[in-house]
Order: sequence, then C-alpha cells, then structure tokens
Amino acid sequence: MSLLTVDDLVVEHRTPGRPVVRAVAGASLTVAAGEVVGLVGESGCGKSTLARAVCGLNPVTQGAIRFEGQPVTPLGLRRRKLTGIQMVFQDPYSSLNPRRRVGDQIADGLRVAGDTASVPEDLLERVGLPRDFAGRHPHEFSGGQRQRIAIARALAARPRLLIGDEPISALDASAQAQVATLMRDLAVESGAGLLFISHDLSVVRLIADRIAVMYLGKIVEVGPTAEVWDAPRHPYTQALLRAIPAPDGLGVLPAELAGDVPDPADPPPGCRFNPRCPQVMDICRDKEPDFGPVACWLHEPA
Amino acid sequence: MSLRITDLKVDIHGRPILKGVSLDLRAGQVHGLAGESGSGKTMTGLAVLGLLPHGARTSGAIDFDGRNLLDLPPKELNRVRGGQIAMVFQDPATSLHPMLTVGRQLTEHMRHHLGLGRAEARERAVELLGKVRIPGAAEAFGRYPHQFSGGMRQRIAIAVALACSPKVLIADEPTTALDVTVQAGILRLLRGLCDELGLAVLLVTHDLGVMSAVADEVSVMKDGLVVETGPRGRVLREPEHPYTRALLDSLPESVREERT
Repeated sequence: MSLLTVDDLVVEHRTPGRPVVRAVAGASLTVAAGEVVGLVGESGCGKSTLARAVCGLNPVTQGAIRFEGQPVTPLGLRRRKLTGIQMVFQDPYSSLNPRRRVGDQIADGLRVAGDTASVPEDLLERVGLPRDFAGRHPHEFSGGQRQRIAIARALAARPRLLIGDEPISALDASAQAQVATLMRDLAVESGAGLLFISHDLSVVRLIADRIAVMYLGKIVEVGPTAEVWDAPRHPYTQALLRAIPAPDGLGVLPAELAGDVPDPADPPPGCRFNPRCPQVMDICRDKEPDFGPVACWLHEPA
Repeated sequence: MSLRITDLKVDIHGRPILKGVSLDLRAGQVHGLAGESGSGKTMTGLAVLGLLPHGARTSGAIDFDGRNLLDLPPKELNRVRGGQIAMVFQDPATSLHPMLTVGRQLTEHMRHHLGLGRAEARERAVELLGKVRIPGAAEAFGRYPHQFSGGMRQRIAIAVALACSPKVLIADEPTTALDVTVQAGILRLLRGLCDELGLAVLLVTHDLGVMSAVADEVSVMKDGLVVETGPRGRVLREPEHPYTRALLDSLPESVREERT
C-alpha cells in the first residue's frame, strides 16, 4: 500500500467577485515509503496548491487524500495529531521564525514526535551544519544554511512523508543540487517518502525515482525518472525538456514553447494543452484525455 | 569597443565589494558574467549605471564613448543612463511600476531623452511592443503590468530598456524569475535584439546553461574579482581556473554522472 494516495483531487480557490479558479483539477498521485517523487510544472500549474492540500493547508473541494490509509483533515487551530507529514517551504527567509533560536525551533519538532533521546544539535549535524549553530538566530545564516535548518526542523518531527515545496528555488545555483540531494538522502535514510516539487527539471532528475509532470491542474505524465527524461511521451514534457539550456558551451538556443499558460479560471475545452501543442489533433479540442500514465491522445491505452 | 571597465574597485563603508574588475563589452556581442551570489556580479552592473548604494566609493574607470562614467557629474550621467545605457532587472514584478500603464512607462523616458512628442512616442512604443512580441501591442499600451504574465512583463521591461535605442544593455538575471519555457523565449529575444540592433549586452546570470545558450564571451567572478574570461566555448568546455571547474562540477548534470 502506498504511503500517500491522492485520488482525483480538485482544489478550488474562491475569491469574492472573481470566477472560481480550479487550481488542481482532478490530479491523482501516489508516493510510497522510501520513494522520491518529483512534481514538476510551470508556475501557476497548481503544484504548490496540491502540496498544500496534502498537508491540510488548503481545503479540498473534491476527491480524496489518504495518508497511511487515513484521510488527511484540514489543518485547524487545534493541536494536530497528524505529524507524519512535514513540509519544507520555498523561502527559508520567511519560513523560520526570526526571533527564536534555531535550536528551539528544531526542538519543537522533537517535542511533537515525543523524541527525548535526540537534541537539536544532532539534527543540525545530520543536515551538515556545526552543532554550535543551535544557539544562533536565523538572520545569521545564508539562504542555503537556512534551508538546511528548515529541513532539520521538518525531520525532527520524524515524518513518514516529507514534502518540499520548491525548497531550492530561493537558493544559489551552487547550493541547489546540494540541498536537493541532502533532502533525498535524509528522507530515504529514514524510510520516509519524499514529494519534491520544483520547476527545475534538471534538479528533479537528479534526486527523484519517479517524475510527475503537471500542467494546468492536471498530471499529464508520470513515470520512472530515467524514462521520462530520456523518452518523454507527452508533448508538454517534451517541450519542457527541450527548453532547458545545456551548459555545453555550444551556444545552442533552447526551443521555445509558444504561448502562455492559459488562465486556470477558464481552461480551454478538450485537452488542456491543445492551444500550445505542436501535435494537436481534432480529438484534442473536443475530449479531455483523462487516463494515465500519459494523458495524451497520442498515447491512449489500448 | 563599446564599453570598457578597467580595474573597477568599489567599497561600501570600507568593506571591499569589487577588487579590480576589468571587462570589455563589444557591440553586437553578449558578454556573460557568471559567479555565485555575493561575488559582485550585480554590483558591477550597477556601477556602470551609477546606481551603487549610498556610501559606495569607487576607483578605476568605466570608459564609454571616450568618457569615464565614474567621473561624470550627475546631470551628464542622467543623460547616459536610460538613454545610451539601459538595464533590465531580475524581477519584472517589482521593476515595473504597478500603478502606471505600460504605455506611460514606455514613453516617459523616450520623451525626456529623445525629445519626442506624445504621438511620436506612442507610435514608437507600440512598435517596440511589437518588436518584443507582445500580442496586441496597441491594446497592451493602455494596460497595467498586473494584467500580463511574468514572461510578458519581462518582455515589456526589455522594451522599456530598449526605448531610447541604447548602445549598451545590462541584463541582471533577466530570466531567473521565469519558467524554463518562458526563459527560452526571452533568451531568443535578447540574442535576436543584440544581433539586429548591434547592442552590447552584459548578461549577469548564475545559470551556466543560460550562459552557454546566448553569451559570446564569458567572465567568471569570485569574491569581487574576475577569475577567468574567454570565449564561451573555451570557458565552458576547457575552463582554466579551478573555480570555473568547480562551478561546472556543481551542476546537476555532472553530479548525476558521478553518482551513477
């Protein structure tokens, strides 16, 4: 049984006086224990909303999220029993409390897990920071170090599922690969699952066992990392991969994907990718391909 | 030679930021400036425009059109800034004014620098929006930045920078805030404009992939110094300096190869 099962999830954002935005429009995903799943897609495709819904930070409109067989309830003001899911947020400059020592913030996690054997210093060591950093405040650290502290804090609660919502996009290029591999290693080491969200395919490729590609609220392709990277099947995945410039010194301009992401409040009829798809067919404009693992009429399962 | 920076030193409140940077920008070429954050890439760009923070002290020379920009009185510098040297910033959400229409932001400096009339400026602005491939340029003129997506906003920011036909364009991480698919479009646009208008572009970026795609010359900075300069192909394929090698090795591509 999978650790996390997201089944046909729909999440809507309602703002008074505006049309309802369906940020996640029927996405299904599973994460197994000890598995690293990378969720990629352009900004505005709903990947962060999906992650927040999994944590209970966003109310669910339709569909189900189950963690170890139990439904995930929305996070309220009451003390939460479900601490098996922990999240590392995008911006370590705002996710750490600037007025508390980092050791105290990590200790919160330990207390939640009922862990009396470990001290915050142990966790700092695990994320590759010196033990004496526990007495300092967040402003004394660089972005990469802060994100390591945020990871230590999330790990302190002994999560069975770790979620990283663009945890590396606020970091320096040189720190990105390091922090991503650190998250992977720590999650896999402790037997937890990791749902890693990023718009940077090259980093996801580095750490994920499986990649899920999201477009406008739907997961359009899921598959083992090597397969998706080497032989992408959905035209959108192909376009995403072609757009990555290679640091090979050859001066090749990356291929451009025409058009913009459509407004999620008013998605195009049929396949959501059809207005930008280079291989668009008649059926794509009429019927939405709602099958997997590749949601594209070119790859309809027999 | 379009712009030459020689031995540029900057210190802020006694703390050295740049310790002798030398760069040559040529017309029709993209010069990439790489390095980690804190290495002084952005400060180099800001120094050219005289936009350094308060308390900054400079020495060295930035030669442009036979004049040293560092010695120019503010009035003269204002004539250069935005007119002959323009800049594109990292985040188009904050570099455009949210309460002014795109048209206003495109024509204001044109009328000031080039002395154009209202109608002429408008005509040129619409032409520019077309050049950076904003769909429906005439309608876009009257809209506000929030009505555009990130990629479109960065295109508008580029149009604003190009409005007075500058000779030098400084682009500070112009694609960092954008998705890869959008980034591809902006890079193609920058490269095309550079070739077509004979711009000298200083492209500040930490992304060596971006560098490899558009830059002709590449300089690598570390701790306020340029450690390596050379043609793109050579610097990225056969780096001479160990730091450049380390930067290349830290890319996901190479880490992956080591692991497998």
